[in-house]
Amino acid sequence: MLSRTAENLFWIARYIERAETMARLLEVGARIALMPSAGHGYRSEWESLLQASGTSEGFAAKYGDPVQRNIESYLFFDRDNPSSVISCIARARENARIVRTAMTSQVWDALNMAYQEIRQLERKPRSELELTELTEWVNRQAALVRGTMDATLLRNDGYSFLNLGFALERADNTARLIDVKYYVLLPSVDFVGSGLDNYQWQTLLRAFSATRAFHWAYGGEVTAAKIAHFLILNRQSPRSLISATNAAMEHLDELSHNYHKSGPAQMRARAMLGELAETRTEDIFEEGLHEFLTRFIREVGELTEMVHNAYLSGEAR
Amino acid sequence: MTNYFNEMYDAGKVREPYARLEGWTKDMPAELRQMKQAEAEALFRRIGITFAVYGEGGDPDRLIPFDMFPRVFTQLEWRRLERGIKQRARALNAFLLDVYGRGEIVRAGKIPAKLVYQNEAFERAVTGFTPPRGIYSHIVGIDLVRTGPDDFYVLEDNCRTPSGVSYMLENREIMMRMFPQIFRENRIEPVDGYADALRRTLASVAPAKCDREPTIAILTPGHFNSAYYEHSFLADLMGVELVEGADLFVEGGFVWMRTTEGPKKLDVIYRRIDDAFLDPLCFRPDSMLGVPGLMDVYRSGGVSICSAPGAGVADDKAVYTFVPEMVRFYLGEEPILQNVPTWQCAKADECKYVLENLGDLVVKEVHGSGGYGMLVGPKSTKEQIETFRAKITEDPDNYIAQPTLALSTTPTFVEEGIAPRHVDLRPYCLVGEKIELVPGGLTRVALTEGSLVVNSSQGGGVKDTWVLAE
Amino acid sequence: MILTVNHVTTYQYDAPMRSAVQSLRLFPSRFDGQRIIRWDVSVEGGIRGGSFKDGAGDKIEAWSVRGPVAEVTITATGQVETTDLAGVLRGHREHVPPLSYLCETPATWVDDALETLANEAILGAEDDLERAHRLARAVSSAIAYKPGVTHAHTTAAEALALGEGVCQDHAHALIAAARTVGLPARYVSGYLFARDDGEPHEAAHAWAEVHVPTIGWIGFDPANECCPDERYIRLGSGADARDAAPIKGIALGLGEESLDVAVALEATQQ
Repeated sequence: MLSRTAENLFWIARYIERAETMARLLEVGARIALMPSAGHGYRSEWESLLQASGTSEGFAAKYGDPVQRNIESYLFFDRDNPSSVISCIARARENARIVRTAMTSQVWDALNMAYQEIRQLERKPRSELELTELTEWVNRQAALVRGTMDATLLRNDGYSFLNLGFALERADNTARLIDVKYYVLLPSVDFVGSGLDNYQWQTLLRAFSATRAFHWAYGGEVTAAKIAHFLILNRQSPRSLISATNAAMEHLDELSHNYHKSGPAQMRARAMLGELAETRTEDIFEEGLHEFLTRFIREVGELTEMVHNAYLSGEAR
Repeated sequence: MTNYFNEMYDAGKVREPYARLEGWTKDMPAELRQMKQAEAEALFRRIGITFAVYGEGGDPDRLIPFDMFPRVFTQLEWRRLERGIKQRARALNAFLLDVYGRGEIVRAGKIPAKLVYQNEAFERAVTGFTPPRGIYSHIVGIDLVRTGPDDFYVLEDNCRTPSGVSYMLENREIMMRMFPQIFRENRIEPVDGYADALRRTLASVAPAKCDREPTIAILTPGHFNSAYYEHSFLADLMGVELVEGADLFVEGGFVWMRTTEGPKKLDVIYRRIDDAFLDPLCFRPDSMLGVPGLMDVYRSGGVSICSAPGAGVADDKAVYTFVPEMVRFYLGEEPILQNVPTWQCAKADECKYVLENLGDLVVKEVHGSGGYGMLVGPKSTKEQIETFRAKITEDPDNYIAQPTLALSTTPTFVEEGIAPRHVDLRPYCLVGEKIELVPGGLTRVALTEGSLVVNSSQGGGVKDTWVLAE
Repeated sequence: MILTVNHVTTYQYDAPMRSAVQSLRLFPSRFDGQRIIRWDVSVEGGIRGGSFKDGAGDKIEAWSVRGPVAEVTITATGQVETTDLAGVLRGHREHVPPLSYLCETPATWVDDALETLANEAILGAEDDLERAHRLARAVSSAIAYKPGVTHAHTTAAEALALGEGVCQDHAHALIAAARTVGLPARYVSGYLFARDDGEPHEAAHAWAEVHVPTIGWIGFDPANECCPDERYIRLGSGADARDAAPIKGIALGLGEESLDVAVALEATQQ
């Protein structure tokens, strides 16, 4: 397939995944803001959220102080913010329009409807919109897009590029979401293990819509170690780093099978998965959660670059 | 008051092609009609057929209005049109082969040399090169108007990349979906063979160097182009790639597509971008849409480009006047389709006549298209007429004039019910190993009462066009 | 005269480019005034593309270079035997109708001054040949040869207003002047062997050809106030300098380009 088409498909998936992450981030932020203050205040929690989403500078330039209402607007409806939900959905839909013929009408419908609906939401007064409603709306749209893709798309190389996009973006985004925990707690290590600490971990679980799944998988008391294991190392957890890495590897393998050609991207994905499989929760805390996540995010970035060079850049020989 | 030919009613009686449609509309309650109209619009929007109009701003997702009342031809009417269209398409191609070769028609004094060789659309870069099968214009769109039962006039020829064929196909698709019943009652020739015919046509002009099933692609300026939907639609129907300039590169005398599996050789390019943007090395150096080195590959026989660069010299509005002469000169036949009488403002005496009769004439720019830069005398204000008088006096070579034709009308759904509106017709003739014409075309309708301008950029709509089977 | 040519063009990029593509019109024309003894064109590290003869009779060869590429070197070298035909392009096979050269290009746009120059020059001339000669003379005296005052994009009208320029400006001015009086004219690129001082930078040269129906295309070199003779090697033609350029190329990427040209011409005595 044309490299540009593959790139478009890859990015449709990444934008949808990213839109969903933005919505989940907002939910985490709103939940944390509802808690009794951790001492250093409400403001810095929102600030840390912006940092985790990589939108801190853009926000500061436009709004200055992090006020919840502004953050909601910025992360959801602001077209100047390339990572906002509306930007992601608009770009996913535009990419889909470009490769309209590489997908089924059901997938197009799902993407197009999401776009038409968010344009309507955009016109409503903010006071009429509940944050939870908005995040639920995004999750629903993302599920619809994914569902039509799963149900209707041909399992060809295009399908692999879409799913690679989902997997790599998810690996990156999950790591960033977990990292919010680090930013929020950073100034006061004393809180580790406190009730507040656990409350924050649970908020993360909730943001992943994974509270119940977590209880099924672990039972008993909720601890930081269990949650970290669930979000990073558990293969049953659909958003864990290991699941996302595994999905990336599977779709890369599918491509090498289709094209009768394997390359550095496949090798790297395999190596990353191998390492995660050997890692224990203790190792992560020993390295430092933030340090571990930072390293992981960098490695995902490198893997993405390899995918780009091998398939999407148009320089493949 | 001019007497316009109504294609459905003749002296109060229903003409034969529309016989079965009278009952259909009579039985349709207004609410049902409105419902169907809304349904059609929703379908168009869902499919993604929209049309951005140059320079208008506003809604980029604007739809071209679709009128559900079909336009109908009998088999007999169509056969004559078909012969005329094919004849014209052959003559236009013969002309192109000639003027980029020996120029016999110029030597014979049948057309002024200046008009051909000093024409902006004449590409010196392709003289002496003969494209496969000697064909330059592979998709010829001929705009026709009707003034009476047997009177058809050619308004203009489109030899480069006529657009709108996706509407012909989608209009039919949507009509069949919404009104299966009338398709059972009327035996209507199908048009859905178009994509296959187009693919066959393109494949048949693959370069001699291509020794296998040719790889075809449509070259689009990109998704910002107003006809992008059509480009992707046709690529999909033919099962070929839709490429942009940046997806292609040249090497070793061939054109290659950048794919996820490495370079893939391309044999035939159906380009939907203008000559000037094809290759920055040969034409406009600032073009970002084209492929550097493409023209060298083309001229050394490594790839076919449809339509051939330079094909535009045949559809220039000043050259148009000479098409009947081309038919006689190359084919030794009498033209089946008539030209609209045309005055060349470049000629002093004709210009004088035009200036004296501006109020009755239609004036067009020689290189204009899409209904822009046009004056419809009888529908214009004094001011508009005076503006044109100044323009023509300033640069007479740039204008031609034609009488205001009494364009035929067909019944059209309007707010108040059904009313006659003026229409034209653009059939798409394919020229390759064979000359093919699917039975149908794009009927454009001027939705404003009394208006004669059917261009979609000027508030025109489209209709499904039927040719009845015998 | 037997002339030996060594023409090396080097493009350098300050950042590696994704790829480069060239269209080379670097082959001596075949006509009665020129016989090619040997001729070779190559691009270092390049891949040869298609080659063909265009409608104007010029041989064109395409080349491409795969990236990353930081430097492109194009070499044309060979030996040509030349004969003085007093500028007449005799025995040259081409298909382009001369009339098509009457179209204006941005570089040969005609202003009032050019029109006046042309009309005054041809006053009283008996035939087209005389008109062409007079136009060439008028351009020679109106534009003095002076390097460095004009640049690659200077138009004929601008050069005339300056009153100074180089061979490209002379050729453009002559083309514009000829066209305004209805004589088809075109730009020719090639080499000139300068007998007295063999300065390398002067060897790459350009002049104009004017079409006179009774004779055909005739070369005029207003920069040297003569018609091309055995010291000239003709490569190719076009509507203006850009169109007739011996090397047209594009490199894709973000690097800045710098150009170095070295042409050496030697005469071999027979």
